[in-house]
Amino acid sequence: MKYLEEYRDPAAARSLIAAIRQTVRRGKRTPWTIMEVCGGQTHGLLRYGIDEELRDCVELIHGPGCPVCVTGLDAINLAQQLAQQSNVLLCSFGDMLRVPGSCGSLLDVRANGGNVRGVYSPLDAVQLARQQPQTEVVFFAVGFETTAPATALAVLQAAALGLANFSMLVAHVRVQPAMQAVMQSPNCRINGFLAAGHVCTVMGYESYHAFCQQFGVPVVITGFEPIDLLQGILACVQQLESHTTRVENCYQRSVQLHGNRQAQDVVGQVYRVCDQTWRGLGKLPQGGLTLREEYAAFDANKRFAATSQPEPLESAICPSGQVLSGQIKPPECPHFGVDCTPLHPLGAPMVSTEGACAAYYRYRAPHTVPLNQELLR
Amino acid sequence: MNESQLSFACPVPAAHDSDVVLLAHGEGGLLSRRLIQQRISPRFANQWLQSAPDAAQLLALQQPVVISTDSFVVSPLFFPGGDIGKLSVFGTTNDLAMVGARPRFLTLSLIMEEGMPLATLDRVLDSIAQAANSLHVAVVAGDTKVVPRGSCDGLFINTTGLGEQLFDAPPDATQLVPGDVIIASGPIASHGMAVLNARDQMGFDPPPASDCASLWPAVLALHDAGLTPRALRDATRGGVTAVLHEWAEVCNQSLKIDEMSLPVLPQVRAACELLGLDPLHVANEGMMLVAIPPHQVESTLYVLRRASPTTAQATVIGVVEPPGTFPVTVRRALGRRQPLDEPIGAPLPRIC
Repeated sequence: MKYLEEYRDPAAARSLIAAIRQTVRRGKRTPWTIMEVCGGQTHGLLRYGIDEELRDCVELIHGPGCPVCVTGLDAINLAQQLAQQSNVLLCSFGDMLRVPGSCGSLLDVRANGGNVRGVYSPLDAVQLARQQPQTEVVFFAVGFETTAPATALAVLQAAALGLANFSMLVAHVRVQPAMQAVMQSPNCRINGFLAAGHVCTVMGYESYHAFCQQFGVPVVITGFEPIDLLQGILACVQQLESHTTRVENCYQRSVQLHGNRQAQDVVGQVYRVCDQTWRGLGKLPQGGLTLREEYAAFDANKRFAATSQPEPLESAICPSGQVLSGQIKPPECPHFGVDCTPLHPLGAPMVSTEGACAAYYRYRAPHTVPLNQELLR
Repeated sequence: MNESQLSFACPVPAAHDSDVVLLAHGEGGLLSRRLIQQRISPRFANQWLQSAPDAAQLLALQQPVVISTDSFVVSPLFFPGGDIGKLSVFGTTNDLAMVGARPRFLTLSLIMEEGMPLATLDRVLDSIAQAANSLHVAVVAGDTKVVPRGSCDGLFINTTGLGEQLFDAPPDATQLVPGDVIIASGPIASHGMAVLNARDQMGFDPPPASDCASLWPAVLALHDAGLTPRALRDATRGGVTAVLHEWAEVCNQSLKIDEMSLPVLPQVRAACELLGLDPLHVANEGMMLVAIPPHQVESTLYVLRRASPTTAQATVIGVVEPPGTFPVTVRRALGRRQPLDEPIGAPLPRIC
């Protein structure tokens, strides 16, 4: 991990912070507003206090890129329902197990006798299906284009093995439609984007050129370490100050223009683009992925007869949609840190380790008290 | 139909020759007795176990007696750097060491799952014997139970330790005052990552190894050198963060640590980074935090680094400050100071 140390170098960070401050012209009354798309970036910014360092010249708005936060409530409810069926083993990524549905989380379902297991890879679920031929193993496939290649591979592997007891509940989401939805929202005040480096590693960034032109905002492909984040912010404000609008790759050690073709091919083979309901944002055109007809046999939605589900009602008092679209910051929510905490979350952004509310709670210790200046020195 | 299928078999199972644990091993009959006589007692030969009564009469100790108990349910039973047996000895005796008590006696309760290979039990018992011998601790009483297959995860162990109070170690952190320095006795997060890697067969290479070890030699060395820690605590479940929060609450001061000074082995750090876990929240089994007055810092580091292999990399990680807005703060790599949150629930790895 020596490799990471150079991207956390305090001296390099200080000079980048100075460069950002110098780039933003003197006399600019309001800071530039830049949205970092990915929840991993949000955590990096808050953990290292970069948002506070730059407060006078850049306002960072936290985007919808936390995969478990945006997974549709109806999908979560269905997963919980499947997990309660005898003979079903429901598997998903660890983070997903804590997210509240309409009636508790998957961990609650497990505590009440449901068969739920956290796995590190979808291929582990395929392995479980091989080991337990009498059990229906269902993998709850969530996440962005970053996790889709692995879940697609699981389907291909299950097909090659002829597994009749493996299926997936697919709730994958695509980043760019969400960025479009954010730009089209009436109160949008975003000047530029830090695009999610890991999604671009898989998908490349060709498609951002049209986005950039359509909305007239710079898009900078950005990584996750403090130096990556600061380089991305610097490139973005340089464009904004010089009135240019283009796609720029500041995460070159990972991202190439065309992305990972092999991964894209696997995703394309197994999934097709579909409209998708995002938690907090509603139904987004082309916002997700669903299994192609050829792989319908692995579709848990089709395999298990739908029974009556609870209405996918969101908490009436949690404004997670406004948080996920960057309209408000977590501490602006009246419930933040009061009756909404990681122990008792009212909404998904407080649950996930990548959620914006969890990040503020963790790194700003909400409790809404401004940081003690003495401690900050 | 061939001849062999017609042959008669003895209807009495030759259970005593089984190479796995049977329910009968826990029923108190012949198999129970043999299990104890053949596999357990010989490994812990001492005057108390010789006559095999149900209770051991111990000598009166010269110093006040200290007692502690702990149960061990780790999965898998064996992992790089340790196993459930070693853990069950050092886990309990470290709790005695933290209050200045020399570990002397141990009880050993085994709850075994039907079907566990006896070879596995032998390996664990060897490990318990080796760990106990290294501390000159006698295993003086014990119990065995067998539960049906599926009722426990291979083997659960409970140990109760008795120690004699050699010196007064601070029982809690009430004595901490601003200016005191906080030392980590060794690299952090090794145990938790070793077990996680082994449990889920993640294949980290090199694999993180547990720091499972006795802290008594280091505690004794501090005492013998005339050093006077204001607080001692092995940072097990909940990791360093849990101890810091508990101390801050008890002493009503603010604790301040420096992220850049935290000792984390490269393979442990790599595993934490990959899974999105904070090393400060991850469990240890041979690492303690020592709070020491500022004028004793250098000598404490000197003594710890020579006292035992497990404390050879002792290092300063923070200081005690007057009460502030937050009970515990951490200075991040870029220099900003942030509140350090307490872990909530089991750490789950992130998904991307």
